[in-house]
Amino acid sequence: MAQFTTLTSRVIPLPRINIDTDQIIPARYLKVTDKAGLGDALFADWRYAADGTPIADFVLNQPQHRGAQILLAGDNFGCGSSREHAPWALTAWGIRAVITTDVADIFRSNALKNGLLPIVVSGAAHAKLLEFVEELPQCELQIDLATQQLTLPDGSQVQFPIDEFSKTCLLQGVDQLGYILNYSERITAYEATLAG
Amino acid sequence: MSSTPKTLFEKIWEQHVVAQQPNSPAVLYIDLHLVHEVTSPQAFTGLRQRGLRVRRPDKTVATMDHSIPTTPLSVPIADAQAAAQLQMLADNTKEFGIALHGMDSPMRGIVHVIGPELGLTQPGMTIVCGDSHTSTHGAFGALAFGIGTSEVEHVLASQCLLQTRPKTFAVRVEGRLGTGVSAKDIILALIARIGIGGGGGHVFEYSGSAIRGLTMEERMTICNMSIEGGARAGMIAPDDVTFEYLAGRRHVPQGAAWERALQRWRALPSDAAAQFDKSITIAANELEPMVTYGTNPGMGVPISGRIPDPAQISNAAARASIEQALEYMGLQPGQALLGQPIDVVFVGSCTNGRISDLRLAAQVMRGRRVASGVRMLVVPGSQEVKRQAEQEGLDRVFRESGAEWREAGCSMCIAMNGDQLRPGQRAVSTSNRNFEGRQGKGGRTFLASPLTAAASAVSGHIADVRTLL
Ligand code: SF4
Repeated sequence: MAQFTTLTSRVIPLPRINIDTDQIIPARYLKVTDKAGLGDALFADWRYAADGTPIADFVLNQPQHRGAQILLAGDNFGCGSSREHAPWALTAWGIRAVITTDVADIFRSNALKNGLLPIVVSGAAHAKLLEFVEELPQCELQIDLATQQLTLPDGSQVQFPIDEFSKTCLLQGVDQLGYILNYSERITAYEATLAG
Repeated sequence: MSSTPKTLFEKIWEQHVVAQQPNSPAVLYIDLHLVHEVTSPQAFTGLRQRGLRVRRPDKTVATMDHSIPTTPLSVPIADAQAAAQLQMLADNTKEFGIALHGMDSPMRGIVHVIGPELGLTQPGMTIVCGDSHTSTHGAFGALAFGIGTSEVEHVLASQCLLQTRPKTFAVRVEGRLGTGVSAKDIILALIARIGIGGGGGHVFEYSGSAIRGLTMEERMTICNMSIEGGARAGMIAPDDVTFEYLAGRRHVPQGAAWERALQRWRALPSDAAAQFDKSITIAANELEPMVTYGTNPGMGVPISGRIPDPAQISNAAARASIEQALEYMGLQPGQALLGQPIDVVFVGSCTNGRISDLRLAAQVMRGRRVASGVRMLVVPGSQEVKRQAEQEGLDRVFRESGAEWREAGCSMCIAMNGDQLRPGQRAVSTSNRNFEGRQGKGGRTFLASPLTAAASAVSGHIADVRTLL
């Protein structure tokens, strides 16, 4: 898995609440058998008109956001379907962190397995960030996972929570399956106790 | 043995923890892993790249449901990409020795319909699938939740998952449902109340007299949509209704093993003094048929209600969300839901594609016709449901009323297989998600019960089934 330590980037504001994974990547793109190459499908129905031309005022299509790696989204981001294609599409496009006031459970779990950092901040911190980004689209935000801190363009800092295990996995790029397989003997012992 | 009172969830969780280090998630053992074509290819590729085998093929069962056509099987699959994905599941399950209910299996169907049907789903189990509606299986008193594809790979390789212990949320539904009000209306009412993120980080346990009075199929409808309330899992304590449903099914223990299983299962229900982290009580007798007006399942109102006016909502983000939803849906604040014209009615899905759902819809359709200009699709949740419905003559009721009677699959619930809405079309759907584009790009979904869907089909607009019963 891709490591995550620090990140300095511009921010893409998409403050809609309850952005579900059907919006992040519509179901018709799930017929693939690979993880790679889903960047074009990211937010496809918000990004492209019926004839396939990009919709100019959608944030991902705006030139000032090209290359930005942080998405500032509304509450309950990633709700709905469990499709891991959602973090695959986000990371393929270039997003490495999503900042919101809450993240849906399955999306959080999927994101953390793909080196995509979900950051949950308070409503007040979210509002302040959004103000910054809307006034100064070129401003950059710093994320330091080790200290769990965001540094805003004015130098102020916001602390964000993350559980110890996920943090260590991201910092070291640890693969969770390897961790589970270290317990193979315990799993075998557990299986021996199962009723008929 | 400690005597601390425990919830159903806690009992199952504790029985399945293989290892737990401080400040780390538990290594949780999985009893049943269900697999389908859409979320598994990359997991099998991962196994192959690491040179791993499937640890317990005997605890793994696969089916094809999401992208299969619902046209007769003699018609070749038109979508080459879908066909390749289906073939890959056939190849993967063969290579790794996993049972598959494939295209030609008489037991094929939506993964959450066939698990219970085959008796694979049992009380006290941990059950996962790369699909968020795995919560359905919680109706049997199992801990069942959806996972991503990386986790599908973890379970294939180790039969375990890393999980942080969720909190518990008691949902008590007391009293009697009125005529024309069904399980779907209970769950839509719950989600409308708590919002689609309301259950985040929690596992629901549904209890109360109204829940006890439901059949297994109705309980599945409720647990199915737990994820739409933000909870990964929803559970109902097993009781005699559960055991009667299970007795004699293909994968359920028989004879002395059945008696032993019953003993274990009877110990599962939450202890009387068990504590929940959160709770809510819903009065069943106050519920009406529910219908959604917006673009998430929490945007629902009683069918006699009106579309809310965003201007009256003080929170800016919530206001914007409803404004965007109404714009997408082509609706105005304050409009009545009743009488809204519709183009399509879809009866099916893992929420409401079981035999009892089809019976309810048929009861309304019998002797009536689908209104002119409306297309109605009835898609059984499994081939078994289809056979049963045909034996009862329900297919004739639907066909004679002008509805399409199709093969089993997810169909227009997710619009991956060609069954889809055209831009701007409005559908009353018995499925579980009304997200933008869920039933086809630009399509507009009103979620409702099978009774409401059928009543709307014959009326040509959103209708209150209570006026037709
Ligand atoms: S019927 Fe719909 S919700 Fe259920 S498994 Fe299929 S696509 Fe998912």
